[in-house]
Amino acid sequence: MKIVVPVKRVIDYNVKARVKADGSGIELTNVKMSMNPFDEIAVEEAVRLKEAGIATEVVAVSCGAVACQETLRAALAMGADRAILVESDVELQPLAVASLLKSICEREDPRFVICGKQAIDDDSNQTGQMLAAMMGWGQATFASKVTALDGKLTVIREIDGGLETLTLSLPAVVTTDLRLNEPRYATLPNIVKAKKKPLETLRPVDLGVDVTPRLTTLRVTEPPKRKAGKRVADVPQLVASLKNEAKII
Amino acid sequence: MTSLVIAEHDNAALKGVTLNAVSAARQIGGDIHVLVAGSGCRRVAEAAAELEGVTTVKCADGVGLKDHLAEDIAGLVVAIAADYSHVLAPATTFGKNFLPRVAALLDVAQISDVIAVEAPDTFVRPIYAGNALATVKSADRVKVISVRPTGFDAVAGGGRATIVDLVAPPGSGKSTLVGRELTKNERPDLGAARIVVSGGRGLGSGENYRKLLEPLADKLGAAMAASRAAVDAGFVPNDFQVGQTGKIVAPDLYFAIGISGAIQHLAGMMESKVIVAINKDPDAPIFQVADYGLVADLFEAVPQLVAELG
Repeated sequence: MKIVVPVKRVIDYNVKARVKADGSGIELTNVKMSMNPFDEIAVEEAVRLKEAGIATEVVAVSCGAVACQETLRAALAMGADRAILVESDVELQPLAVASLLKSICEREDPRFVICGKQAIDDDSNQTGQMLAAMMGWGQATFASKVTALDGKLTVIREIDGGLETLTLSLPAVVTTDLRLNEPRYATLPNIVKAKKKPLETLRPVDLGVDVTPRLTTLRVTEPPKRKAGKRVADVPQLVASLKNEAKII
Repeated sequence: MTSLVIAEHDNAALKGVTLNAVSAARQIGGDIHVLVAGSGCRRVAEAAAELEGVTTVKCADGVGLKDHLAEDIAGLVVAIAADYSHVLAPATTFGKNFLPRVAALLDVAQISDVIAVEAPDTFVRPIYAGNALATVKSADRVKVISVRPTGFDAVAGGGRATIVDLVAPPGSGKSTLVGRELTKNERPDLGAARIVVSGGRGLGSGENYRKLLEPLADKLGAAMAASRAAVDAGFVPNDFQVGQTGKIVAPDLYFAIGISGAIQHLAGMMESKVIVAINKDPDAPIFQVADYGLVADLFEAVPQLVAELG
């Protein structure tokens, strides 16, 4: 069973995003970039399925600028077998990424695509579902447990109000939630080995995909700041403030 | 210009978030239709018909739609989408699950987590865990929008829409529901509660979480929530999580107890009217957003707070 794992290069989880002075976007020059945390969980799950003898090959795919090679190397160091970069300098929105991944899936013919439920930059939460629909496949989003057995997947999903269990026939798309697994750190020997693993570069035109953005960002602003609050000395003062000042209890 | 709002419900009752999504549709303007897709969901359609501003409720009632699976809901929406300029759903795990399928099948972009409508084609949405707000304009023929419920006040009742029955499609069988394990909860719904009591890693254990925070929530009639750290540590179930990738809440009063205030958590509760933080670390980032900050040992302060509230 071949697994395709899409990975995205995003601002590092620990960096606070700052709006550019001209309001055109987020300042990303000289900012630490990493693999989207949900995609790390996806790579980990795919590699575990390979280690369990269920998956035969794990192919990592990234769409974006040439620097996404670093993200792909990180996936290879975690245990992916090979990588594909769809290189583009155009801003790629979820619909375009899903179209590129559809084209990759038609070439690679995987049984299973596992990706992060959302990227922590644009917070869209769309790509996996879009890909599943374009391929005519079933989906299980927000997965906290994935079991593969007899050509079927059983997935526990995190939903509002609790958990839900689905079974899916393959091929299918699964998107990861936080509690699916804890991704491993790549070891130094594996980082070295990753440099020798195959990384193919394609362009959207090679795949016949039009990636023109459908949404235009008119401006990016900072959210209204909360005005500085006050420290209260003790519990009675807190309760008095909530009763008399905020008048909320 | 007509908007279609996809109702969220459990086949028995309409979920409150639908009222916020209809509110966003009212700001867009034009006629508003609501789609109720499910099984044995006639009462839900009747409730949706009473929402202010709704002119037509389309009801697809059949066993194939009983479990609200993404493949089936999306297929139904796409089949009727030609009549609409806008398709809206709440940005909950229900809406987030099926709506991108609708957008993909219509070959249009989706605009996620909209918090304001500037024009029928221009919307505001938070990005980067709410550290920035993007105003985006759609060039697509149909605008597919997920609505962040906290961004829009719920619409009132008093409407009298016509209910039109649709033929419910059979299930696609691409995915099958095995079961749901819903957290039993007598407390107000987290998304709609006026007061939220939220706990973090500082509580140390699930037992402490319950022992300390339940009396406070009882006293205030509050919903209970948690940071990711508390959920990951197994103190509480996943659906308690507030944050960038969990629930987004905006109550009148939010108690952050033993929560340090990582940016991902702040993204889920920054819109609360009043924030109270109790934490023993005076440098915890939560104090930068709290209206009232108390530097104290929560194991002493919380029981004292319960006693003080009388």
